[in-house]
Amino acid sequence: MALRPDLAIIAAAVPARARALDIGCGDGELIAALRDKGVDARGLEIDPSNVTAAIARGQSVVQGDANRDLIDYPADGFDYAILSQTLQTTERPDRVVGELLRIAPRAFVSFPNFAHWRVRLALLWNGRMPVTRLLPVAWYETPNIHHVTVSDFRQLIADKGIRVERAWYLSGDKPTSDAAASWRAEHAIFLISRG
Amino acid sequence: MASRLHAIQHHSVTIDAPLALDSGQALPSVTIAFQSYGTLAADKSNAVLICHALTGDQYVASDHPATGKPGWWARMVGPGKPVDTDLYFVICANVLGSCMGSSGPATPDAATGAPLGMQFPVITIGDMVRAQAMLLDHLGIARLHAVIGGSMGGMQALAWASAWPERLASAIVIASAARHSAQNIAFHEVGRQAIMADPDWQDGQYYGSDRAPTKGLAVARMAAHITYLSEAGLTEKFGRRLQGREAKTFGFDADFQVESYLRYQGLAFTDRFDANAYLYITRAMDYFDLAEPHDGRLAGAFAGAKDVRFTLVSFDTDWLYPTAESRRIVQALQSVGAAASFVELSAPFGHDSFLLDVPALDRLVAGALKNGG
Repeated sequence: MALRPDLAIIAAAVPARARALDIGCGDGELIAALRDKGVDARGLEIDPSNVTAAIARGQSVVQGDANRDLIDYPADGFDYAILSQTLQTTERPDRVVGELLRIAPRAFVSFPNFAHWRVRLALLWNGRMPVTRLLPVAWYETPNIHHVTVSDFRQLIADKGIRVERAWYLSGDKPTSDAAASWRAEHAIFLISRG
Repeated sequence: MASRLHAIQHHSVTIDAPLALDSGQALPSVTIAFQSYGTLAADKSNAVLICHALTGDQYVASDHPATGKPGWWARMVGPGKPVDTDLYFVICANVLGSCMGSSGPATPDAATGAPLGMQFPVITIGDMVRAQAMLLDHLGIARLHAVIGGSMGGMQALAWASAWPERLASAIVIASAARHSAQNIAFHEVGRQAIMADPDWQDGQYYGSDRAPTKGLAVARMAAHITYLSEAGLTEKFGRRLQGREAKTFGFDADFQVESYLRYQGLAFTDRFDANAYLYITRAMDYFDLAEPHDGRLAGAFAGAKDVRFTLVSFDTDWLYPTAESRRIVQALQSVGAAASFVELSAPFGHDSFLLDVPALDRLVAGALKNGG
C-alpha cells in the first residue's frame, strides 16, 4: 500500500539509523516505512486499537496523549520527532511544538492548510466552516480544534525562534511552490530545528 | 489434601549450589521443577521463559497433574499459538516457595527429613528470579529471547530485566506492577490471617498430620478471587440471583450464586495449593518494590535495560494492578531510553483478563515476540 504523500516525504527525509519518535502514529504505517530503511522508529498513539495493531506488527508504540504524555520522554532521546496531521488536534500546539524540539533536535510537523483556496472560498461564498478532503468532518464534531494555516505556522515558529530547515507543500499529491503555498497548499510539511 | 498434593511427581532439577536470599539467609541447594515445550535451537537463541502468577505453576500448557484441567495459559502457548512452540523453546518453572516441586515450605529439612514448614526462609521475587537464572545456567541458556509474565509473573519479568538486562532481548509484562500497593498488601494480609487463624494450620507443621488448614486457605482464596474480578463482571455473571432456590432462606447457606461460586472456588483451590506456599508467595509479592533499592526512583532499576524491548499491557477493569502502575513503569523505561510498548486493553474480566479470552492480547504477545526477533 502506498504511503500517504506527506508520510512518504517524511519517510524519505529521515536518514537510516536515526532514532525517530512518531507522535500520533496511528497503526504504525510510517513507522513500518521508517524501520524498512533502518530507522529506529517508535511511536505514541492515543487510540488503543491502533496501538494494538502497531504492537502486533512488532513495533514499539506507547498508548498516550500528545497533550499530556510528551513530558515523559527525556530530552534528546531521539534524533527526530514527527507530528503528522496531529498538530491541529492538540490543546496547545505551541507547547507541543516546544516539546517536540526538547525530545529531539529536529522535528517534522505536517498539517492541513486552513488557508487553502477551497477553504477560503467555502467561507467566503457559503459563510460555512468548510468540509474538504483533508478536513472531512463538520465543525461540531471535528477533532481539529486548532485550525492552522501555512502563514500561522510560519509566524508561530518565527515567534518562538525556531528554524525551518525545509518545507514541502502539497496540492493533492503534487508539490507546490513556497510562494504559492499559502493559497495552493492543501497540506504542509515542515522540518524544523532548534533556533 | 496437602499430602496428596505433595505426592505428585514433577520434572525437576536439584542444583547443588547455595542460593543467597534477599533476607540474608541462604538455601544450601535449590530444587526447581519446570516444564518445557518446543525445541531449543542449536544456537540456543529461541528460549522464552514464562513466569507464572501467585497461584499458577509450571503447567502452563499441559494438563494439571492434580486437577486434570488444561494448562493455565494453554490458549496462549502451543504450536501455532501466540507463544509458538514450533518457533520457541518455552520454559516455565515453578517459583521458589511454591508447592509444585520447587524448593518451598514442604521441602524436607536436610538434617531431620521433616518438612521445613515455617523454617523455610522468607523469599522475595528477586530470589525467585535468581533461582530461575540458576535453572537457565543449568540448561546452558545464556540469553532469553523473551521473558513473559502476567501479574506476579510480570513482576518476575521486570525483576529479570532489572537484574540481568544483558540476558534478555525482550520482556512482556501483563497486568502487573513494579511494587505492591498498600491495598495489595492489605488483601494478602487478610488471606494470610485466614490461614493462620485456622486451627488446622498448627503453626505450619501440618504436613505430617491428617489435618490441613483447608478452611483458612479456602477463605484466603475467596477473598483474593474477588480482587481478580471486576464489579461489572460479577454483576453480569451473578447479579443478585439466588442459587438453586426460589427465595431467600433467612439463614447462612449460600443463598446467592456469587456465594456458591466463591465457596466452590475456595474449596477447589485447596486441592491444588498448599497453605504455607500461599503464605510465602504472598509475602514475596508484598515485599516487591523494584524502586526501593534505587532511592524510590524506578528508572534506577532499569538503568542497564535500555537495550531490552518492553511490552506492557494493562486492562481497564483491573483494579488490583491498575493501568497507572503500568504507566509508571513505562515512564521509567522511557526516561532511560528503552524501547517500550504499552497499551491498556478493554476487557470485562478485571485482573483475570490476562488469563482469559482477550483476542487483542494474543495479537500483542505474538507481535511483541516478533519485535526485533
